[in-house]
Amino acid sequence: MDATHAHDHGHDHHPSGLMRWIKTTNHKDIGTLYLWFALIMFFVAGSMAMMIRAELFEPGMQFMHPEFFNQLTTMHGLIMIFGVIMPAFTGFANWQVPLMIGAPDMAFPRMNNWSFWLLPVAAIFLIGEFFLPGGAVAGGWTMYPPLFIQGGMSYDLNIFAVHIMGASSIMGSINIITTILNMRAPGMTMMKMPMFVWTWLITAYLLIATMPVLAGAVTMLLTDRHFGTHFFNAAGGGDPVMFQHIFWFFGHPEVYILILPAFGIISQIIPTFARKPLFGYASMVYATGSIAILSFIVWGHHMFTVGMPAAGQLFFMYSTMLIAVPTGVKVFNWVATMWKGSMTFETPMLFAVAFVCLFTMGGFSGLVLAITPVDIQLQDTYYVVAHFHYVLVSGALFSIFAGAYYWLPKWTGHMYDEKLGKLHFWLSVISMNILFFPMHFLGLAGMPRRIPDYALQFTQFNQIASIGGFIFGASQLIFLIVVLKAVRGGAKATDKVWEGAEGLEWTLPSPAPYHTFETAPMVK
Amino acid sequence: MSATQANRVMLKKLGIVAVAMFGFGFALIPFYNKLCEVSGLNKGGEQELAKNTQVDMSRKIRLELDANLNENMPWKFSSMKPIVEVHPGQLMQVDYKAVNNSDVPITGQAIPSYAPALAVQYFKKIECFCFTKQMLKPHETKIMPVLFVIDPALPKDVKTITLSYTFFNLNPNAQAVAANDKGARG
Repeated sequence: MDATHAHDHGHDHHPSGLMRWIKTTNHKDIGTLYLWFALIMFFVAGSMAMMIRAELFEPGMQFMHPEFFNQLTTMHGLIMIFGVIMPAFTGFANWQVPLMIGAPDMAFPRMNNWSFWLLPVAAIFLIGEFFLPGGAVAGGWTMYPPLFIQGGMSYDLNIFAVHIMGASSIMGSINIITTILNMRAPGMTMMKMPMFVWTWLITAYLLIATMPVLAGAVTMLLTDRHFGTHFFNAAGGGDPVMFQHIFWFFGHPEVYILILPAFGIISQIIPTFARKPLFGYASMVYATGSIAILSFIVWGHHMFTVGMPAAGQLFFMYSTMLIAVPTGVKVFNWVATMWKGSMTFETPMLFAVAFVCLFTMGGFSGLVLAITPVDIQLQDTYYVVAHFHYVLVSGALFSIFAGAYYWLPKWTGHMYDEKLGKLHFWLSVISMNILFFPMHFLGLAGMPRRIPDYALQFTQFNQIASIGGFIFGASQLIFLIVVLKAVRGGAKATDKVWEGAEGLEWTLPSPAPYHTFETAPMVK
Repeated sequence: MSATQANRVMLKKLGIVAVAMFGFGFALIPFYNKLCEVSGLNKGGEQELAKNTQVDMSRKIRLELDANLNENMPWKFSSMKPIVEVHPGQLMQVDYKAVNNSDVPITGQAIPSYAPALAVQYFKKIECFCFTKQMLKPHETKIMPVLFVIDPALPKDVKTITLSYTFFNLNPNAQAVAANDKGARG
């Protein structure tokens, strides 16, 4: 904007202290902010999960009131989705997309700053709900009426927080799409883009198409609550089930928003450590696209029990099963990439391999749930909880760990502590299965989700799950230590970092300088 | 066109998509309703006359009559007989009783619900207090009838139908008052 700014550019200086982070428009700074925000929120929502597992260790009420338990499950879900997984992926996009396509920065650096700084505001609102009279929202992260229309003032705050997070995601997505479409280096054609960039491009389109619909749905809740409308209020001829139709029109693409960038990260890591190019690149691109398109026509499988006619149930059942095809293509391609590769198993690769195995398991329990008659039995049981934690913890979260270990040397300039990284991996992968696998059995035996107390026969499996949960929770502190150690020092990382690494980001020095690709590189 | 300009154009386009999708969220309500109406997917709530008025004496349906109040509704509301037995095709009347316990006149609206859900298309109401709003003066008591026929086409495996009414308070502010009470109660 003035001489100081030009000076900064010329000499690679930037304002220091807190103001550097508040005013920054640099994609690397903003990426770092997103990632730290996600990590902090991960521990906040994770501690809620610890309280949930503590209460469920034994039947009967031990530590908390049932209302508080319901608040914990609701906020755990909302924060993990909107405060951890989505910001972490956006952080990766901010750091990596410009580096991978050879752009100097994101397309709209100031909007980028704004989309990040909206998030802490939304987070304060969400966490602040616990201190309002009546406590936080307790109707589940899906915000179904009529409960959501009847609650106290924290429900209004929650609606506002969803609006803010939605605005943040939409701006972030516009930024990412524009960067990818308009700012690629010469020679970087669409079909040469790294898979991570492709998956984020498609994710960003999904976000732009669905976040406004969620904003509309919660706006209708708000007007039902305060302005006498009856969108979902049965008294005035509204229909609570209608909310579910609108919510899941957003909600199902949302689950792919939470997993497509993970597919991208894994598609970067596996070729690096198998030392082979990604098998079936073009089919990966088309599979990602078809998953995104199919995600818009399957929302009804979340609501098989609302009294849907058989024709509707069959349509949603078959269309849901159809998604297994492109997803299967992806899993096949990852396995084929590893096939006969010279594989080594550094921490990022370990997480990536675990992702492929465990995400596939989560996918299979999803197929089980897609079968309408089975789903009617399993709806709202712990089987569903097991399913979505397999795809979100060993899926989305493990890919975030994998990506963090993979790119940490490029970001910090230091190698992370491989021993601690491996310890983090093995503890996480074992405890994650102890935590979530018994939930399949609990669900099949009929234990409902979102309850603070349960029948005696569920005790043993709950205790196993809780023990796994506590180990899993504690192991995540190792990740924090690894990150802090790598930020503060450690073995110097080479430019290429990994022997088999390919792509523009590895042509840069480690750590990546504050300004990169100010003259665009040529891609052959 | 410079790079910045190209980005601005893209920003505008994507911004329009986002705003349009916000509107689309609202448009989904008439869209879904129309879709169900045209395709006949969701038969719930339709009130047709029974085609076959023959009484099927070969079986009896156990009809459970349930009465509920929405949390904002200071009435007493109950069915005169909680369980009745009826042949499919037989014209039947059951009565509900509502008492306004408050000191103000209150207008209410009853919303029916059925279990199993598929029973709704076989349950033909000829007269029902749920067709209109009901106004009760302070401490007034009212007996309200439901006149109905169960269509003999009802599948044989349905032996019990639960008909449940919930009375909602239509007085303005009832919702807000209840919500604030709840908040203050903690």
